[in-house]
Amino acid sequence: MKLTLKVWRQAGPKDKGQFETYQLDNASLDMTFLELMDALNEKLIAEGKDPVAFEHDCREGICGSCAMMVNGRPHGPGQEITTCQLNMKAFKDGETITVEPWRTNSFPVIKDLVVDRSSFEKIMEAGGFVNVEVGSAVDSNTYKVSKARADEAFDAAACIGCGACVAACKNSSAMLFVAAKVSQYALLPQGKTEGVQRAWNMLAKMDELGFGSCSNTGSCEAECPKGVSLSHIARLNREFIKAGFRKAGAEKL
Amino acid sequence: MTNFFTTSIGRKILMSVTGLFLIMFLLVHLTVNSMILFDGTGDLFNRAAHFMATTPLIKVVEPLLAIGLLAHFLIASLITFQNQRNRNVTYGAFGRYEARNASQGSTWASRNMYILGTVIIVFLVIHLINFFWKMKFTGDPLLSEVIINGEHMENAYALVTGLFINWKWSVALYVVGAIALGLHLYHGVWSAFQTLGWSNKKWRKILNVIGVLFSTLLALGYAIIPLYVMIRSMI
Ligand code: HEM
Ligand code: SF4
Ligand code: FES
Repeated sequence: MKLTLKVWRQAGPKDKGQFETYQLDNASLDMTFLELMDALNEKLIAEGKDPVAFEHDCREGICGSCAMMVNGRPHGPGQEITTCQLNMKAFKDGETITVEPWRTNSFPVIKDLVVDRSSFEKIMEAGGFVNVEVGSAVDSNTYKVSKARADEAFDAAACIGCGACVAACKNSSAMLFVAAKVSQYALLPQGKTEGVQRAWNMLAKMDELGFGSCSNTGSCEAECPKGVSLSHIARLNREFIKAGFRKAGAEKL
Repeated sequence: MTNFFTTSIGRKILMSVTGLFLIMFLLVHLTVNSMILFDGTGDLFNRAAHFMATTPLIKVVEPLLAIGLLAHFLIASLITFQNQRNRNVTYGAFGRYEARNASQGSTWASRNMYILGTVIIVFLVIHLINFFWKMKFTGDPLLSEVIINGEHMENAYALVTGLFINWKWSVALYVVGAIALGLHLYHGVWSAFQTLGWSNKKWRKILNVIGVLFSTLLALGYAIIPLYVMIRSMI
């Protein structure tokens, strides 16, 4: 398989950056997209050039680090997959593939395709945790949670914090990410200690970090590798409204 | 302390509530207008218009509508501007990316609400000059009084049909306005409920169907009236 790769190269956060075009003759249909990037880097190293910096870790779709825009789509063509799960069968021989980093000011480029997603960590620090005694494992059925509720919480908990939702969104909003994190706890008894305050704190942090607001377009959901649903955003909105009422009441006291 | 209505969700809730309020008005307005279709003498429409203009309720609703529309427009401008700021918009050939986003999983209407809204507001200004302004302030020869069942009232029917008959381009303008409104609500209806949190996996499907039916009904309703008046005058 012969391919042309048009890759974003940027030496550092301050660099302007530009596209470089590379020819690759030894691509195979058995490769994943990251293996293709490895092959490109081996070639660049052999030629004495700087390899393309990209993030990767698990290579099995669970860590969320392999962030890149492939042919204008977060994690490339295909539904509910990460770039590391993207197979070269999705491309044709002779094709030109454009590879870019996530682009939003809240994820500044560190180098080439690697972006700084610490803004997600800051949102997590604002409320993505539970204040319960962990201790040893409790007996089963201590907390009664219905199957439907557990499933919905699990759907939300599947979020791997990859940032594809922000990359896909015309507003660079992190609503799907925040909604997934809020929903996961809002649905389970363990999350009740913080209650609706969690939604308030995490959303306020999201706003502060410069992410946009939600236009309900659904681009995020379509590109999320874990299929996190917009219904979680509706739940986030409900939690947030409740928090607003509670605040209005408390401030009068 | 962060204020509720300065947060991103708070602002969207204001958009949603004002949008739904405007929709309620649009329904009443269309009901009154549809009288034009059902009575060629214009009596039905004139009586409905007269009632709307004289009911005490209108004194409350009219300013509320103006405030609602203005708020909807101002917050829309604010959030649309802020949402542009955080992306490297000037960057690639296709917005912020070099390659065209092959599948955004979103409708064109949902991504272009501000453009559709701008078409609506331009239309509204012309529309208000056409009718509202004349009926309220400047008057018009066509409006000269009619007497229906012993009651004196303005001949709004003559003014409205006169526009569509004498200036055919106005019909095209009104049809464009109706289409822009239809597209705005094609996304707006379900979106308003989602913003308020009144949606889940099941209700989303129902709300989508309601939104599509409702926006089509409104767009068709508003487009048919000028078309009907024009075509009837030609045959
Ligand atoms: C009769 C007139 C109008 C009606 C009935 C209406 C209705 C609505 C509704 C129901 C929504 C959904 C709210 C939500 O997403 O929660 C909406 C959104 C929106 N409207 Fe309007 N609208 C009208 C006029 C306008 C005008 C004049 C503008 C401005 C130019 C405008 C700009 C917008 C924008 C930008 C959004 C999307 C906000 C976002 O991106 O989240 N609308 N509208
Ligand atoms: S919601 Fe989906 S797209 Fe967004 S960070 Fe989580 S896994 Fe990635
Ligand atoms: S490398 Fe871990 S999800 Fe792709």
